[in-house]
Amino acid sequence: MAEHTIRFEPDDRYNAFLTVCPHPDHGKGDLSGIAVAVKDNISTLGIETTCASKILKGYVPPYDAHAVTLLKNAGAAVAGKTNMDEFGMGTSTENSAFGPTLNPRDTGRVPGGSSGGSAAAVAAGMVRMALGTDTGGSIRCPAAFCGIVGLKPTYGRVSRYGLIAYANSLETIGPMAANVSDVSLLMSVIAGHDRRDTTSYDRPYQHTPSAEIKRLRIGIPEEYFGAGVDPEVASVVKRAIGRLEELGAVTVPCSIPSMEYALAAYYVICTSEASSNLARFDGVRYGPAADTKKSWHAAYQDVRKQGFGPEVRRRIMLGTFALSSGYYGKYYAKAQVARENVRKDFARLLTDVDVLCGPTMPTIAFKLGEKSDPLSMYLSDILTVPVNLAGIPAISVPCGKVQGMPVGLQVMGRPFEDERVVDVAYAYEQAVKA
Amino acid sequence: MIDADVIVGLEVHCQLDTKSKLFCGCSTDYRDDGPNTHVCPICLGLPGTMPALNKRAIEYAMKVAKALNCTIVPESEFSRKNYFYPDLDKAYQITQYDKPLAQGGYVEIEGDDGKERKIQLTRIHVEEDPGRLVHMGNAERGRYSLVDYNRAGIPLIEIVSEPDMRSPKEARKFLNKLRATLEYLGVFDSEKEGSLRVDANISLRGNERVEVKNITSYKGVEKALTFEVTRQKNLIRRGLPVERETRHYLEARGITQSARSKETENDYRYFPEPDLRPLRVQSWVKDIALPELPDARRERFVTQYSCSLNHARTLTGELKMANFFEGVVSGDRAGLCSLAATWIADTLAGELNYRNMGIDCVDPHRFGSLLAILRAGTITDKSGVEVLRVMLDEQLKGETVETPEAIVARLNLAKTAGDDGALAAAVKEVISENPKAIEDYKAGKNGAINFLVGQVMKKTRGRADPGELNRLVVAALKDGGQ
Ligand SMILES: [Zn+2]
Repeated sequence: MAEHTIRFEPDDRYNAFLTVCPHPDHGKGDLSGIAVAVKDNISTLGIETTCASKILKGYVPPYDAHAVTLLKNAGAAVAGKTNMDEFGMGTSTENSAFGPTLNPRDTGRVPGGSSGGSAAAVAAGMVRMALGTDTGGSIRCPAAFCGIVGLKPTYGRVSRYGLIAYANSLETIGPMAANVSDVSLLMSVIAGHDRRDTTSYDRPYQHTPSAEIKRLRIGIPEEYFGAGVDPEVASVVKRAIGRLEELGAVTVPCSIPSMEYALAAYYVICTSEASSNLARFDGVRYGPAADTKKSWHAAYQDVRKQGFGPEVRRRIMLGTFALSSGYYGKYYAKAQVARENVRKDFARLLTDVDVLCGPTMPTIAFKLGEKSDPLSMYLSDILTVPVNLAGIPAISVPCGKVQGMPVGLQVMGRPFEDERVVDVAYAYEQAVKA
Repeated sequence: MIDADVIVGLEVHCQLDTKSKLFCGCSTDYRDDGPNTHVCPICLGLPGTMPALNKRAIEYAMKVAKALNCTIVPESEFSRKNYFYPDLDKAYQITQYDKPLAQGGYVEIEGDDGKERKIQLTRIHVEEDPGRLVHMGNAERGRYSLVDYNRAGIPLIEIVSEPDMRSPKEARKFLNKLRATLEYLGVFDSEKEGSLRVDANISLRGNERVEVKNITSYKGVEKALTFEVTRQKNLIRRGLPVERETRHYLEARGITQSARSKETENDYRYFPEPDLRPLRVQSWVKDIALPELPDARRERFVTQYSCSLNHARTLTGELKMANFFEGVVSGDRAGLCSLAATWIADTLAGELNYRNMGIDCVDPHRFGSLLAILRAGTITDKSGVEVLRVMLDEQLKGETVETPEAIVARLNLAKTAGDDGALAAAVKEVISENPKAIEDYKAGKNGAINFLVGQVMKKTRGRADPGELNRLVVAALKDGGQ
């Protein structure tokens, strides 16, 4: 398969990469010879994969994630592994054990998270495209903060096999690139059924973006312009929606009442699943082992205390608590009900309208170290997590600037209508380019 | 032991005998191979891997559920059971929790009172086996432990009974019946190491319940429970409380030992496995076909071969024995049925057990030849046993197994007939050597006849036909011992 080698020696002044592959092989196909960066929570055969955590330092997977296999089959060159919030937990890529990534648009600011490395690599022009993962906005947020395009596909449309699980029921691998066409191209490579991921669907993506959106009905949820959303960001996004109306789309005001509980439900579910998924990192099979003569359970404690950063430990504790007998009904079970309500709200709205639009993030990229308390960081996920709870597709496309920093327009669609959200983003992108 | 106050419930883990593991393609045939040779990223639980369900394992589990009269749940669900242990590679076990594959059902056994009893089942669920630890030294003070993940991901079913058994013996019978049923279904190989593991709950009425964990043999269950009954009764007799606790069974010493209380305080934090969809089996249920099961075969043996109920029960209690019986009496040997039933259920089973051999070591046609010789009257029953022993010993030593005819000829075991003079001569000899016996006989002590018959048997090395011999001895004595 591999017939050629490219040279990949980027000037990575933003700490976008954790591992650079200077001479990656590539084959023939739709991505022949294109350098693609891969987020470091996606397994790559023979290339260290750490999830930006000390606990996986030195772990070299003996297999490729399904999406990586597909990349290689399409001729792409896997150019390196990108920085991220440790295990995907964060909104700024400041939680990496190997130092934060800087936003190429303003190195005093964060690139967003958790796929901040992938977004920075694309935004700085080091690679044409990159794979990210989105659990509660981890593709869309850094796309918005770095001024690139990122698609969170419908849950199940891209195989998760090989993605080091953080919150299985929420997360998905997705494409990131500087423009919609490249995002669409990368999506066409990675989508489709994989029998090793039994939650994946046989819904391949073969689509050329179309800018035709006449009479498209766009819902504008009031919650996406309410309290907590920076008025300047809101007005930039409203202007962008105005451009879509000029292209013939029809806007309809609407409301997502379940938004009130979405964030709480999201954090209960993602921390619960994380507490279980991350339990395997105990120093027995991979990663640094504890140098201890202690008994098993004490040794695990040592390994995990040394290996996990504070945010990861916080979420493991939260999830462990939420799943504990006596609290399961109060938290996990209730969160599932809230999740079902979010899903129903979206299903109901998306019978009336074709897509929903709003800002991707409530603010522009914040300054490094600006959000020091976890709760204010969690609140910035408010506009992205509902999509993950519902499993629907959403894209973030740059739609203007505030204080010189990019703002993202978020387009959300019906399940398996990834093509439609891509088209809306494409229509906007082509309109502003002209 | 029949004791109305004993209450026993069992949780039985059985390995389903599939070709590949529950969630990956690795072979389950690992027992003769080195540690960690039948593993892949999935069954090692490497980061990023996901389980893909083995449909065959679910079919097997459904067969068991149907055979045990359970209700198969149309939509069941897999959950994660979270705990830390080095043999558990993901730090959780994928199992079924509040939505198991099957509910209810029962196993019919012969109760201690001789009547048929239905032991009710609570549920059957499917789960993956963890790996295995090998301690260098012992678990507490050993220098280190090695982990072998060959077993990780082997499909298991857990069959949970109601506390319906009234004695350790009933528990043993329940297990035997369960094993037979699973073997008849072709989904289980009881001879494979670790294929069956039992947790037993036992209490004496009105007292706390004790759980005995991880019993790995059929005999062990009866022994462990018998030990517990005695232990708990002694506590009560001395006015001490029976504590609610978990105990381990120590196979080598035949005792149970309290597990540290910490181990019983696990909170498994079950929640639905997000990587697997709910298991919908409705469309498969009707396609699950069952073979003839032990009860049906037992009835057939009674009617078709006129076996006694007891013989039929023994013969059908193990699939291989039932198949062996039918192999022996097939074709033109149908006339050997009653002889075969007795010889297989009583004599052969005993001899095999003594040598720790399986019935599949024996060639049914050879064994049939032996029965044919016996039936023709060529050798006595006693010689028959001797021939059988020679055959089994040759087999055990790996030597060429002779035909029964050849053994009879080589050891000169052919029956000493009454009319060839030799037997008459032996009788004469014995009578002349035992004048005391003749006097006893004359004094009306009939026991003397048995003594003399025994002496002649000894002389002829068991080749004499007992009936014929008896007749000759009596006749000789009547002649006045001349
Ligand atoms: Zn495997």
